Amino acid sequence: MDRSGTMLFADLLGRAKTRIMADWSAELERANARVPGRVSTQELVAQGREVLELLQSAASSGDSDPTSAAYSRLRDLLAEMSRARAFQGFSPTETATFVFSLKKPVFDAFRTEPDLSPDAMSAGLWTATTLIDGLGLFTMEVFQKSREEVIIRQQREISELSTPVVKLWDGVLALPLIGTLDSERTQVVMENLLQSIVDHTAEIAIIDITGVPTVDTLVAQHLLKTVAAARLMGADCIISGIRPQIAQTMVHLGVELNVVSKATLADALALALQRIGRRVVSASPAPAVRASA
Amino acid sequence: MDRIPILKMGHALLVTIQVDMHDQLAMALEEDLTARIAATGARGVLIDISSLEIVDSFIGRMLDSIAAVSRLLDARTVVVGMRPAVAITLVELGLSMPGVNTALNVERGLALIGVSVSGDGEHDAGTEV
Repeated sequence: MDRSGTMLFADLLGRAKTRIMADWSAELERANARVPGRVSTQELVAQGREVLELLQSAASSGDSDPTSAAYSRLRDLLAEMSRARAFQGFSPTETATFVFSLKKPVFDAFRTEPDLSPDAMSAGLWTATTLIDGLGLFTMEVFQKSREEVIIRQQREISELSTPVVKLWDGVLALPLIGTLDSERTQVVMENLLQSIVDHTAEIAIIDITGVPTVDTLVAQHLLKTVAAARLMGADCIISGIRPQIAQTMVHLGVELNVVSKATLADALALALQRIGRRVVSASPAPAVRASA
Repeated sequence: MDRIPILKMGHALLVTIQVDMHDQLAMALEEDLTARIAATGARGVLIDISSLEIVDSFIGRMLDSIAAVSRLLDARTVVVGMRPAVAITLVELGLSMPGVNTALNVERGLALIGVSVSGDGEHDAGTEV
């Protein structure tokens, strides 16, 4: 029954192709009208024609399993289309509608088919439904995977972007941390910092955590690891930018850092300069001070 | 058996580890170094590990214990030139070696020993905090 249903479906696609395509174009146009501006209807119809062509040739092999080799070219085409849609920012519904909107034209074609026994009709319909559902699900799967790829890529970029090591002075580095510190990021941060210590022959590293939203015991442990590793390399660490609320939370949690910490990056830099034996003086003596003296 | 040479520079002893450390060698070094500190009355020990690519927990502990022993003999130990990867490994192993002084290179290490030996507390004060 399965095979005969598939052949019937393939025959129908061959015979009533123009009509199905016309109906489908109308469906696509209606769906596209709801979200204008992303893709032209002509383009959609052209893609639809290609899909229909490949679907017919694949179904005429008698295979009704959309994951089989006969459908590989069709799957490639659909995968390409839904990947493009994922990057263009289509919603899942919009992407899936493209395939699922083929159902109505196909069912209509079956209904108006002359001299078709009820058995044959139901077999053909069943094949058509499972096939289109399978292809629709496949489209969604690719769509989802493409979105996930985007997310993973962005995550990687964020973690690379948000761990810059800045040279503040000869021998003084700053590491402005932004975002949550998890173990993976700590690893990247640590490697970046240690390599920069070697590259700049730095004595002091200032870790600024103004941009770290929360400091719990785990984050504190990660910070301490970084500090310990920097110390092993012969560089002292100063932690700066602990916000008042965070300081309170840390004390309530019983988190102890045992590292020199300063309220602001400016204070930390002042301390760092003092330690490397530098002093910041104003270019000209301030007149106000003179007058008072 | 191989021995790691110990050089004397003024009041300091300089050890450059250029071969892969195995446990036997590490223990021999600890013994030799202790004897040399006692014999020369050195005030500082500089251990250069810049060519050491692999450290395990044993070598980490050995460095720690060398530092402890030298402290008893009134010599300050400075480990210099640790590679980033080695530092990360030691921290992950839970060996942050609180008793050991560290410096980025031999030059800074010598300065550290020089400062502490001459008793010039001005620069030293910062590291105490």
